[in-house]
Amino acid sequence: MGRKSFALPYIIWMVGFTVIPLAMIVFYGLTDRTGAFTLSNVAQIMTAEHAQALWLSVGLSVVSTLICLLLAYPLAMILKGISHSQNSLVVFIFILPMWMNSLLRTMAWQTILSNQGVLNAVLGFFGLPAVRIINTAGAIVFGMVYDFLPFMVLPIYNVLIKIGQDKVDAARDLGANGMQTFFRVIFPMSMPGVVSGITMVFVPSMTTFVISNLLGGGKVLLIGNVIEQAFTSGSNWRLGSGLSLVLMVFIFISMAVLAKYDPEGSNVI
Amino acid sequence: MKNAMKKIYLILMLFYLYAPILVLIVLSFNEARSRVVWGGFSLKWYADLFSNETVMSALRTTLIIAFVSAFVATVLGTLACLGINRMKKAPRTVVMGMNNIPMMNADIVTGISLMLCFMAFGVTLSMQTVLLAHITFNVPYVILSVMPKLKQMEGSTYEAALDLGASPVYAFFKVVMPDLMPGILSGFLMAFTMSLDDFVITHFTTGAGVNTLSTLVYSEVRRGIKPTLYALSTLMFVSVLVLLILINVRPQKKRDVIE
Amino acid sequence: MERTLIDLRDISKKFGDTVVLDELNLTVRENEFVTLLGPSGCGKTTTLRIIGGFVQPTTGQVIFDGKDITKLPPNKRALNTVFQKYALFTHMNIAENIAFGLTIKGKSKDYIQDKIRYALKLVNLDGYESRSVDSLSGGQQQRVAIARAIVNEPKVLLLDEPLGALDLKLRQDMQYELIRMKKELGITFIYVTHDQEEALTMSDTIVVMNQGYIQQMGTPEQIYNEPENAFVADFIGESNIVDGIMLEDRLVEILGVKFPCVDEGFGTNRPVDVVIRPEDIRLSETEPGLLEGEVSHLIFKGVHYEMEVMAGGHEWLVHSTKCFPVGTKVSLNVKPFDIQIMNKPESEDEMAVEVDG
Repeated sequence: MGRKSFALPYIIWMVGFTVIPLAMIVFYGLTDRTGAFTLSNVAQIMTAEHAQALWLSVGLSVVSTLICLLLAYPLAMILKGISHSQNSLVVFIFILPMWMNSLLRTMAWQTILSNQGVLNAVLGFFGLPAVRIINTAGAIVFGMVYDFLPFMVLPIYNVLIKIGQDKVDAARDLGANGMQTFFRVIFPMSMPGVVSGITMVFVPSMTTFVISNLLGGGKVLLIGNVIEQAFTSGSNWRLGSGLSLVLMVFIFISMAVLAKYDPEGSNVI
Repeated sequence: MKNAMKKIYLILMLFYLYAPILVLIVLSFNEARSRVVWGGFSLKWYADLFSNETVMSALRTTLIIAFVSAFVATVLGTLACLGINRMKKAPRTVVMGMNNIPMMNADIVTGISLMLCFMAFGVTLSMQTVLLAHITFNVPYVILSVMPKLKQMEGSTYEAALDLGASPVYAFFKVVMPDLMPGILSGFLMAFTMSLDDFVITHFTTGAGVNTLSTLVYSEVRRGIKPTLYALSTLMFVSVLVLLILINVRPQKKRDVIE
Repeated sequence: MERTLIDLRDISKKFGDTVVLDELNLTVRENEFVTLLGPSGCGKTTTLRIIGGFVQPTTGQVIFDGKDITKLPPNKRALNTVFQKYALFTHMNIAENIAFGLTIKGKSKDYIQDKIRYALKLVNLDGYESRSVDSLSGGQQQRVAIARAIVNEPKVLLLDEPLGALDLKLRQDMQYELIRMKKELGITFIYVTHDQEEALTMSDTIVVMNQGYIQQMGTPEQIYNEPENAFVADFIGESNIVDGIMLEDRLVEILGVKFPCVDEGFGTNRPVDVVIRPEDIRLSETEPGLLEGEVSHLIFKGVHYEMEVMAGGHEWLVHSTKCFPVGTKVSLNVKPFDIQIMNKPESEDEMAVEVDG
């Protein structure tokens, strides 16, 4: 059924469009205009402005990843309860929004969160004080959680539905109450999904420049914004590549952790 | 009590997921151009949509890229699955690891790496470069959809077909393909959706004057987005919703009849 | 006679409109090995899950050690289960699996260590403490599942088709192991299986179930030698079941021939089912018999020959150590003691019973 050589076109494709391009970043990031080796592009991360952007990115993405996890886990448990076999329904719920352009959906949050927006209208209706959230870090976290929540729910859900009822029965049978069953059996067994979810949320949050642009009103600068500007407005490819290399260190750590828990990425979608 | 709480939580989360979509749908009927002021009900943005060449051209580009990239990715990915399935553990792990890179990697890194590569080799950024980039990040989704189906499938059905006198090609198309079809189809849909929704990678790999819906939206953000785009998004969303409901309702009925 | 430990009273269970158990009554005594035996869908697993607390009966009571535990959740019950597919926790090693119940109960480290060692020794897996679940074979996983259950010192061990996934040789070995463990532990076993041989080998009491009813309850000998109805006769071992008429006490007419038997109290001229085990039919080429016939099929089965004999318009299944080639004219003889008379089933329900064992 098939031959090894069937994979050849794709292997060539990956070399041409994944491996070589990544090598290009490494090349540009580690050379100066004359093509000589230098660490100065990478070292640019140490400047106050860049370092601040990096740590802000790390901070905001850690917060949004945690919020995603806290929101997604109960949701995945509930979804498991209502649809044992109807995997398609759950995927349907989370994939469907993607058919409405993600930039527009993020923009819509501007409408909801802005000072005269829907949220404050609702708060005002109940006599509550208005919140000023738009163009702050809070709004960016809000956008990250919104955009990447599905990437936390789906892997956790996919792992949870594979945990057989007999494991739960066995834990109960051995004297565990509901909480003990959850913390000693269900949660540890769902770890591969949790790790997948964390990676799938952390990496895009850490590297976004769109969400900060749209919901931060240009006032909040993340490392993604710095890199994007280096390539578009600044046309400083070597700086952009150097900073990307720093970013890639974080990404590779995430991928390594994920590879340990879920070697074939089978829980991701 | 517990069930009621679950229901409330589920509804709240669904509301959270779909609230911006609701807002966009409402705004598409807004007479005023503002995103915060309601100027009365109007269909003028829908009327404007079909005469707006910029939007229509971006829609065409988006759909062509999504379809072609999903199609090529599906062929490439399905073939790759058949090959990878035959590999020994070590090369298989390497290939699967490489396969995961575009999916796990940050879009911004994938985008700029491809851009640098195209520029370095003297390729002018255009719709074709976007297409190449989209194929690259789409194949992993196809592989992740097809691979589990391939593993589930018993090798013995293929061998049984050969035993009964089928040629390998005939056995493949009559026995293996039908089993893989659900995986291939969902892989294709996944790839199509991902391509449709992508902004970042397109942003870095597209050439001057080539706009997809995403890049069009992004370029209009500063100037204020024309609600025409809301109207288009609403139409796309609703048509996909209707389509998916039709697809999901039909097998349900069939199952009822069997039972 | 030991005292009653478990008492199921009028247990019924419905899933939607489907009745799985219908007013079932069953008592289990202390230190008894009870087997619930029946085809799939007969309600045996549901009965076990009701005792375990995983399923709530629609009506009826579960009495355990004199107390009503019908509403008690599984974690509060003094019994443990060995699950069909072992249900080991794959994120823990063997020792952690076995320690699970004891850790929950807050036992001391030393106590738990001793228990693990003892349990692993009992199931012949000394030294497997730090192995991962995935590195064990099916049979070994089964042993760990048993060890994990028994360290909690349950009064009753529930076993849900625990040997179903093992191959024949291993299954037979494990049957003896289970009997040994039960003797060593001195606790009650309630065992669910669809395998009649397994039931006959291990049990003190067999409960034959079908379609939510108990068909017969008794020792393996009683169930085998004196099946109460055609279902039990057919499900347990192989048998010839023929229509007969009970002419009077100790005389039954089968296919127009009068057979002396030992059963009494069926009245006169009453239609009955007659069961004759294939090994109880004696064939002879020379002696006269009750029926005359001709061998139509012959298969060598190892321990014996299996033959089909056409006689009196009925195809008789016969097991014999002597070989009679196809076409041999033979006579059939049955001792009165080996003829088992049963009442005809009364309801349509029981008539419709199909045997898939």
